[in-house]
Amino acid sequence: MIKFDKVVKRYGNHVVLDSLDFTVGRGEKVTLIGPSGSGKTTILRLLMTLETISDGVIWVEGDPLTHEKRNGKLVPAREKHLRTVRKKIGMVFQQFNLFPNMSVMENITEAPIHVLGKTADEARARARDLLDVVGLADKADAHPSQLSGGQQQRVAIARCCAMDPQVMLLDEVTSALDPELVDDVLEVLRNIAKTTDITMLIVTHEMRFAKDVSDRVLMFDAGKIVEEGPPDQIFTDPRNERTKAFLKAVL
Amino acid sequence: MDRNLDALVDALPRIWEGIVVTLELTLGGALLAFVFALLLGTVVRVRNIAIRGAARVLIEVFRGTSLLVQIFFFFYVLPLLGYRLEPMFCGILALGLNYGAYGAEVVRGALNSVPQPQVEAAIALNFGAWQRLHRVVFPQAWAMMVPSMTNLLVHLLKGTAVASYITLQDLTAGIVDLRRSTGDTLFSFGIGLLIYLVLAYLLTLAMNVVETRAKHKLGRGPSLKEVLSFRPDDVKVSEGVHP
Amino acid sequence: MIGGDWSWERAYEAIPLLWDGFKITLLATLLGFLIAAALGLVIAIIRETAPRLIATPVRAASEFVRLTPLVVQLLFAYSLLPQFSALQIGVTVLGIHYSSYMAEVYRGGIEAVPKGQWEAARALSLPPHRTWRAVILPQVIRSSLPALGNNAVSMFKDTPFLFTITVVELVSAAQQFGAAKFQYLEAITLAGLFFLLASYPTSVFIRRLEKRLAY
Repeated sequence: MIKFDKVVKRYGNHVVLDSLDFTVGRGEKVTLIGPSGSGKTTILRLLMTLETISDGVIWVEGDPLTHEKRNGKLVPAREKHLRTVRKKIGMVFQQFNLFPNMSVMENITEAPIHVLGKTADEARARARDLLDVVGLADKADAHPSQLSGGQQQRVAIARCCAMDPQVMLLDEVTSALDPELVDDVLEVLRNIAKTTDITMLIVTHEMRFAKDVSDRVLMFDAGKIVEEGPPDQIFTDPRNERTKAFLKAVL
Repeated sequence: MDRNLDALVDALPRIWEGIVVTLELTLGGALLAFVFALLLGTVVRVRNIAIRGAARVLIEVFRGTSLLVQIFFFFYVLPLLGYRLEPMFCGILALGLNYGAYGAEVVRGALNSVPQPQVEAAIALNFGAWQRLHRVVFPQAWAMMVPSMTNLLVHLLKGTAVASYITLQDLTAGIVDLRRSTGDTLFSFGIGLLIYLVLAYLLTLAMNVVETRAKHKLGRGPSLKEVLSFRPDDVKVSEGVHP
Repeated sequence: MIGGDWSWERAYEAIPLLWDGFKITLLATLLGFLIAAALGLVIAIIRETAPRLIATPVRAASEFVRLTPLVVQLLFAYSLLPQFSALQIGVTVLGIHYSSYMAEVYRGGIEAVPKGQWEAARALSLPPHRTWRAVILPQVIRSSLPALGNNAVSMFKDTPFLFTITVVELVSAAQQFGAAKFQYLEAITLAGLFFLLASYPTSVFIRRLEKRLAY
C-alpha cells in the first residue's frame, strides 16, 4: 500500500532520513516510536506532501506519490499530480489546526464540498454521522474557540474522515492535550482502528494505545528503523539496545 | 531630453538648496520630536494622575489634530503673541511636536514591554526610580523603539513637503520650479520623487546602524563591524540570542 | 494675548464653512480608504502568490509610493492629468498612497496566520484559491481590522494635504476664512478641534475593538 523506496530527507547538511526502506500493507495499523528527531514525524509529513523528498521515491497503492511518470521516466511531481494522489491521504495534527473562522460543521464539510464535489446536503449528512461517531453531535454549530482541546481534536478527526481517506496519518495527536482529555480522543481512534480498514500510520507516546491498536510497531532512531515487530514482542521483549533504552525511559 | 537635462543642470543649485532646507526641517524636527517623545513617553507613565493626565492630553492633542493644522497654527496664529516667527522655526516646531507625540507612544510602549522581572530585579537591588529607568529599563527599551522611530522619521521627511506653503523653499518647491522651466511633468517629478526616495533610504540606513548598535549592546546581535564585513559565516558565529 | 484676540462671533461665523470643508474631508477619507483597502489587499496577494516576475515590480512600485511624500505625488498627478477634477485626483492618489501601507498590514496579517492552517488546508487537498478564500483571508482581514482602522484615521489626518491641489477640505476652508477676515485664530483652532473630536474617539474605539477581536 505504502512503500518508501530509499527515501532520503535532508535539511541543509542535516540528514533526517537516510535511504529509508519500508512498506505498510493495506489496512495495516502501524505505530512509529522513537526519540524526538528520529524522523518519525518527517515520514508522516513527507507522505502528506508537507515536505519535499530529497532522494528516493514514495509509492502509494502502486502510484508514485512524490514523482510522476512521464515518457516512462520518473520525474518530480508537479502540484497537479500531488493534488490527485494526496486525496487518498488524510492527517490529524498535534495542534488540531481547525479553521477558527468556521463552525465545526463548516470545518468538516469544506473539503468534501470543494474538493470531492459533494453537494452541501450530502456533506452535511456525512458530517453529522461523523460527529455522532466522535461523540460531538450537539456541537455542529459551535466554533473551535468554544471547544476544549479534546473536543477540537475529535472534530479534527471527523474532518479527516469526512474525506474518506485510504490512509490516515496521526501525528502525536494527544501530545498537546491535558491528560484528562486524552482518553476520549484515544477512544475514538481505537474505534476507528477496530471498525474500519483504513491504513493508519501513528506517531505517539501513548504506548498502551499503541499496543491496543497496532498490527506492527517500528522503532526509529536517527532516521533509520532499528527494530520492528508486533506490539507484544516490541513492548515486552525488545531485542535492540536502543529500543530497550527508549522504552525503559518512556514506559 | 537634452533641453530637460540643460534645465536640470541650471536648476541644480536651487534643488540643492531645496534639499538643504528639507534636511534642516527633517533633522531639526526629528531632534525636537525625539526630545519631546522621550519626555512625554516617560512622564505619561508616572504614578501622579495629574502629571500623567497632562502628558496624555498633550499627546492626544498633537496626535489628533492634523500636522497641517499645527503648521498653520504656528505660522498664522503664534505671531499674535508678538513674535515674528521664522517659517523654519514654525516648521520644526510643528513637525517636532506632531511626530514627537507619535514618538511618545512608541517610547511608552517600549518602556512598558521591558519584562517585569527586570524591573523587579532592579528594585530588589535598591535602585532608585531614575536609576532604574536610566540604567535598566531604558537601555532595553531603546532597541525596541528604533524600528518604529525609523518609520516615524521617514514620515517626518515626507511631512516636510508642505514647507513651501509657509514660504520655505524646500525640495518640493524646487521640483515645482523645475517643472515650470522644463514643462515636463514626468521628468521633473520623477527626479524629485527619486531624490526623496534616496533621502528616505539614507535616513533608514542611518537608523539601521543605530539599531544594530543598540541590539549589540544588549548582546542580542552582531556588532556593526561584523555586519559590515563581507564574511557572512563569521556573522553567524558571533550572533547572540535573538530577541 | 491670544485670549484677547479671540472673537466668538467670528468663530460662530466660521462654522458653516468649516463644516462644508469637513464634509469634503470625510468624503475623501471614505473613498480613499475604500481604494486603499482593496488595492492594498490585491498588492498583498500578488506579493504572496504571483511569480517573481510580477511580484517584484509590484512590490518595488508599492515601496516607492510608500516612501515618497504624498504631497509630491498629489502635485505630480494633478499636473499630469488636468482632465480630472481635483477631488478625483486627490482621492485616487490618497488611496494609492495608503494602499502601500495597507499592503504591509495585510502582509503582516498573512504571515501571522499559523503555519498549521496552511498545512491543514493542504492535508485536506483544498485548492489554493479555496484555501485563500475560506481559510486564510477571513483570518487575515479579521486580525487586520485594527491596523486598517488606524490607517483610516491617519488618512483622515492627511486629507489636508489635498489643499495643495485646490481641494477645499477643512483646513483650506479655515485658511480661506482666515484670509478673508484677516484673522486665522478662530478658524484654525476650530479646524483643529474638528479633527480632534473626530479622530480621538475613533482611535479609542479601535483600541477597544482590537481587544475584542482576538479569537
